[in-house]
Amino acid sequence: MAVATLDGETDFDGWRKAARAFRLAGVEPAAARFVVAGTMEQGGLFDQPIAEEASPTPDERRAFNVPKEFVDLAQKLILHRSADRFDLMYRLLWRLKDEPDLIKVISDRDVADALERVKNVSRASHKMKAFVRFRQVQDDLGEAWVAWFEPPHRVLEKTAPFFQRRFTTMRWSILTPDGSAFWDGEALRFGVPATRDMAPAEDEIEDFWKTYYASTFNPARLKVKTMQGEMAKSYWKNLPEAALIPELVAASSVRTETMVATPSPQPNPRFARAVAPDLHMARPDAEAVPENLEDVASGVQACRRCPLYRDATQGVCGEGPKSARLMIVGEQPGDQEDLAGRAFIGPAGQVLNAALAEAGIDRSDVYVTNAVKHFKHEPRGKRRLHKTPNAGEVQACRWWLDSERRLIKPQVVLALGATAGLALLGRKPAVMQERGAPIDLSDGSTAVLTVHPSYLLRLPDEAAKFEARRLFIEDLAAVQRRMG
Amino acid sequence: MARLDLRRKLSVLADAAKYDASCSSSGTSKRNSVGGKGIGSTEGMGICHAYTPDGRCISLLKILLTNFCIYDCAYCINRVSSNVERGRFDVDEVVDLTLNFYKRNYIEGLFLSSGIIRSGDYTMEQLVLVAKTLREVHDFRGYIHLKLIPEADPKLVEMAGLYADRLSANIELPRDEALARLAPQKDVGVIKKAMSQVRLGVEAAKPAKREKIKPPKFAPGGQSTQLIIGADGAPDTEILDRSASLYGGYGLRRVYYSAFSPIPDSSSILPLSKPPLMREHRLYQADWLMRFYGFSAPEIGEGASNGMLDLAVDPKLAWALNKREQFPVDVNRAPREMLLRVPGLGVKAVDRIVSVRRYRTLRLEDVGRLTRSVAKIRPFITALDWTPGGLTDAADLKARVTSRTPEQLSLF
Ligand code: SF4
Repeated sequence: MAVATLDGETDFDGWRKAARAFRLAGVEPAAARFVVAGTMEQGGLFDQPIAEEASPTPDERRAFNVPKEFVDLAQKLILHRSADRFDLMYRLLWRLKDEPDLIKVISDRDVADALERVKNVSRASHKMKAFVRFRQVQDDLGEAWVAWFEPPHRVLEKTAPFFQRRFTTMRWSILTPDGSAFWDGEALRFGVPATRDMAPAEDEIEDFWKTYYASTFNPARLKVKTMQGEMAKSYWKNLPEAALIPELVAASSVRTETMVATPSPQPNPRFARAVAPDLHMARPDAEAVPENLEDVASGVQACRRCPLYRDATQGVCGEGPKSARLMIVGEQPGDQEDLAGRAFIGPAGQVLNAALAEAGIDRSDVYVTNAVKHFKHEPRGKRRLHKTPNAGEVQACRWWLDSERRLIKPQVVLALGATAGLALLGRKPAVMQERGAPIDLSDGSTAVLTVHPSYLLRLPDEAAKFEARRLFIEDLAAVQRRMG
Repeated sequence: MARLDLRRKLSVLADAAKYDASCSSSGTSKRNSVGGKGIGSTEGMGICHAYTPDGRCISLLKILLTNFCIYDCAYCINRVSSNVERGRFDVDEVVDLTLNFYKRNYIEGLFLSSGIIRSGDYTMEQLVLVAKTLREVHDFRGYIHLKLIPEADPKLVEMAGLYADRLSANIELPRDEALARLAPQKDVGVIKKAMSQVRLGVEAAKPAKREKIKPPKFAPGGQSTQLIIGADGAPDTEILDRSASLYGGYGLRRVYYSAFSPIPDSSSILPLSKPPLMREHRLYQADWLMRFYGFSAPEIGEGASNGMLDLAVDPKLAWALNKREQFPVDVNRAPREMLLRVPGLGVKAVDRIVSVRRYRTLRLEDVGRLTRSVAKIRPFITALDWTPGGLTDAADLKARVTSRTPEQLSLF
């Protein structure tokens, strides 16, 4: 039996040196033993202290490589409180000789065992961040903070920097049975094991905390097991609030039954004069014929003529001067338009604006709107995919488009794409064949068809895009000439 | 005496806030108090500092600024017609409580909400003032979650986003019609518009790749909302459609589901019974499937009957039992997306399988070490030494799989 003595329970460097020497000397895992100085385990009957010559110092050149994952794993594993962790670490190191990928084989028995323990160490560290409770003390320098904590694994040194980053401007100590950590505002130091009586026994704010704990608990939802799964009983003795748990649990069913059984009382006396007005009484009437553009705007918000309002944020009406001679009709608002409540502000809107400018049309002279006022889409994770409105929805929404046309009386209505064409003409046009040709409408205005700017955005090929854009601008320019 | 008053207020205003399920302190930018004048840090993962016997985590000091309210939402304990005891904190009282709790390591920060007093603007102003004082006067770098008052001026929302890590406006009722009936002063359109503003704000705060000047911070922890389950008649499929639409539209980090819970002094128009906790649990699982497992709301709906998820089995198993033709799945070859559809296999287990199968061909025993319970998975997979044979199509599969796994109320 080869024995190495480590300086402490978490002496990783010591273990690393010894383990390296063992492996170089060919010591099988079953024959290797690691003991911590000053513990009872030292000096078994058959133990041989490892011979000087096997020590690695004169032998650095014969050092061997291990994957970084192993070192990371072992550094955490050593914090586990199990007595046989050193052996497991050495067994893994030994096996790495023939199985260099071993650490990646997480289904392996030893690796799985190590990972399970590392998980418990990480959990203990996380729970330490959660369950340390500082109490305030006064000393010569003013206020300071002390906590007594008993971590299930030896995670004090690993976890103390967290408290340093969080409470940089406070002077604090965390005392544990494994050792202590001190932060004085400048340096983090570690000291000897402590006992509970070295920490203060109370803190006046704790009563407020307990009040909060009791009040935020909902007795109608008792789930004691879930609580214990996350906050194991072993932690309770150092959590001031945990003292309340038994009485909260005991009283919960009576409290719930009383709530359920008590008849609904009369509204309180100040109700009638304090209550805010009912919004839905004042809802605009979506059926009344709009008399002006403001009626259209508020009517669209209240519209339920088709189901599209339901998943959209808001109805998006047209924008532009009441005296506009040109009205441009798109299909429907897109994602951005739906969020901001304004037509043609997204990518297609930018294409349209640039094209209008090139065709010599001032956008501020144009009334720009859509055939359908709510955004039709399908959710896909964190995005929404555009869906083309169907004929029924277009028909339902004509109520609003017709109102806009009646109120604005444009000379020319330019329809972008097939949906806009459908809304204007009552039939689905063949846009590519009919584009650019004037079509008389019953109210005396003229309709002109062209493509929707989002079509330009979708074309994959640069040359095709360039040509499509040229034709689009040409259509716009022709409209401009027609209006004189 | 004054302190006693404060404790009573804390009790009233914590009680009034507890029906909001959200308590998360995760998902915000990383920062700490090094080099600052105050305290506080956020390190990505949220921390639950305590758990109450209802199994819920305490991460934030979750309180109302006041439970006076001029609205009359039937489901809410603070509605104007309720006879509940009322209280109101000063801005400084909330600031002091937050710092005092934080220094003792009780909390990750503050989650502040409020009843509506005077007007939406006035109320929002007060909430913003608390956050501003914590940040600017005390250099507090912990987590702040502010409730949005949807009716408030967009300028106030903008300020809130400057100081808060997370913002939330609650939709509360899955059905718009129910909201109009039960919350006569609320309008779902106004709530959605507030959410839109938050999404646009969050997106604008992400600097474009080559931009040199960083835009000002805006709610780096994003936004969330809550839906109350069981107060209106909405079936599960409708609730999930609503969630999918909210996730897609406003980039929400979370939708919380809160089983409608009896409240003291309750309104007569609502059902008073024990909260449907199992239903709530199934909805959380379904929500999980949408966010991390590539399921769409309609797909989950395929495993439901009459729009309701099966309470006896989790929604992924319910889906798989309906889609037996897709199984068994070969753990050594199947793409990740398909492994994610195997009942009982979580994201972590799937990632482990995908990574380890590069080095070893997996046997059933290996799979057992990579997952929590191989018994539930077995009928749906093949491994080097395992095929389920007729098990996958067995008529009593549902009974077999469920009898082996005792019901656990934890997310998989
Ligand atoms: S899309 Fe048009 S018809 Fe349908 S709800 Fe919206 S405004 Fe009304």
